[in-house]
Amino acid sequence: MHVRPRRIAIYVLLTVAAAAFLLPLLWMLCVSLKPTPEVLQPHFLPRAPTLVPYRDAIRSESFDFLLYARNTLIIVTLSLIGMVLSSAIAAYGFARIAFPGRGIMFTICLATMMIPFPVIMVPTYMIFKYLGWIGTFLPLWVPAWFGSAFNIFLLRQFFLGIPRELEESAMLDGCSRWGCFWRIMLPLSRPALAVVALFHVLTVWNDLLGPLIYLSHQDQFTLALGLQFLQSRSGDTPWNQLMAAATLIILPVLALFVLAQRSFIRGVATTGLKG
Amino acid sequence: MTTTRGSLLAGLLWTSPWWLGFLLLLAGPMALSLYISFCDYPLLQPPVLIGADNYRQLAGDPVFHNTVANTIVYAALAIPLGTVLAILLAVLLNQHVRGRAFFRACIFVPTVVPLVAAGVVWMWLLNPEYGPVNQGLRAAGQLGLPALDALPVGLESRLDWLRELLSGPLWLESPRWAMLALVLVSLWFVGSPVVIYLAGLQEIPAELYEAAELDGASALRRFRHVTLPGLSPVILFNVIIGIITAWQVFALPYVMWRTRPGPARATYFYTMYLFDNAFNYLKMGYASAMAWIQLLIILALTGLVFLVSRRMVHYRGL
Repeated sequence: MHVRPRRIAIYVLLTVAAAAFLLPLLWMLCVSLKPTPEVLQPHFLPRAPTLVPYRDAIRSESFDFLLYARNTLIIVTLSLIGMVLSSAIAAYGFARIAFPGRGIMFTICLATMMIPFPVIMVPTYMIFKYLGWIGTFLPLWVPAWFGSAFNIFLLRQFFLGIPRELEESAMLDGCSRWGCFWRIMLPLSRPALAVVALFHVLTVWNDLLGPLIYLSHQDQFTLALGLQFLQSRSGDTPWNQLMAAATLIILPVLALFVLAQRSFIRGVATTGLKG
Repeated sequence: MTTTRGSLLAGLLWTSPWWLGFLLLLAGPMALSLYISFCDYPLLQPPVLIGADNYRQLAGDPVFHNTVANTIVYAALAIPLGTVLAILLAVLLNQHVRGRAFFRACIFVPTVVPLVAAGVVWMWLLNPEYGPVNQGLRAAGQLGLPALDALPVGLESRLDWLRELLSGPLWLESPRWAMLALVLVSLWFVGSPVVIYLAGLQEIPAELYEAAELDGASALRRFRHVTLPGLSPVILFNVIIGIITAWQVFALPYVMWRTRPGPARATYFYTMYLFDNAFNYLKMGYASAMAWIQLLIILALTGLVFLVSRRMVHYRGL
């Protein structure tokens, strides 16, 4: 009987925490649905909900949602294919092919995870400038085709958990290395590939620094850069329109999260524990 | 012999995406930036070697000192607070509650929100005049401020920060509260560590808790002697990630302080100054020197954390 108050306390604490984490988003949603005269009033729910802020956010000349969404999707798609494919290929090499120097190479690969992007921001800019890539999407998706140390590590760990016997018997039947990789490893690794893909989409969708450095024209902006630009001149942008733009950018990733919640949580949990 | 050579070739071929990327996008650029860091390079003219001048100049640059100090203060606030909050939430979620997946999702959701969008939303929440945070604080102040007035004078004057808090601070516009505002927003993103800690908690064998309970250990002692040691490798991991992230803080302050670099430069961080040097002042050499110092600082701090934690981290089965 004495357990009950403790249970109630736990539920109360959890509810308060959940509310605290959700409230900022709910507040954003409510402001985005308020007509302009209501924005500065303190009430939470809009009295006369309206979609006008969304119309303004989509069509205004300082924020072209559809164009920015298209740009973002192009970069996401091109880099996603490269990231998943290249990381998986390299991870397979590290997991399955015993070659001299593999250990030291993999150690270097792990060590590079420590190097943050700002450290190489200046020289990579210079290289891309030399190649004439500034002001194009190329610097934002081509590097993904070299994989990332983190994803290679993640996929290698997953590949190591798959029994070798499957491939060995397939190779006895005349299957090539590539065939093993493509027809056995990849299909069996779908959960891990999903995690890599999800995190990559999020990273690209959220990235501000890359687009800020490499893109120069407003018609090339990604959603994140577009919102930053809208905000930076928001002396004349009403709050409801800003919140509508923020909501529009958040909704797709939120939908992705709801659809793939298990992969997200599993991915975060395993990367943290094995790291 | 032939098989070794064959396997070397196959291995190099399969891992080629990684090592090509390593050479072209990491090692090469880093060597380049090391060279540039000893040059004067205003981007539009070719680089000129000037020896260690950039480093010497950095040593005497008050803005550089300022951004280093801000970054350290931010890390010193955000990492411990984030760790404590994440562990508390993970322990709560680890109780056998119904709807755990729902609560966990609520706490995790902010981590998928783009930083730019989060910055815009929090600018509104922390708006001094109309923002909900200050509305709530002022409502609390209606009750709290009279109570403060009733306190003896000596004590009351020491609580002037509380008075300011309860009257609704200027947050982003105040040199005193700007940093705290950013730390507050960083706590909103505590979801991934929570999930990692939760997974860590579930790895601690239940027998350890049962044995401790049989020995009559209280809940607090069980937390101190079973939970914390069990979580210590995960804490180490999160602290290191926290350090690396703190030195890269950019997007949130870049968005939230439209009049950069913030009130009295209170929220001007290392990576922002590096960015400004490179892309606004076109001082590529100076920025490269900053990049190398940043890398050395991160490596040194990580090494230090590893050394200090040697006695504190408990690896099971090692």
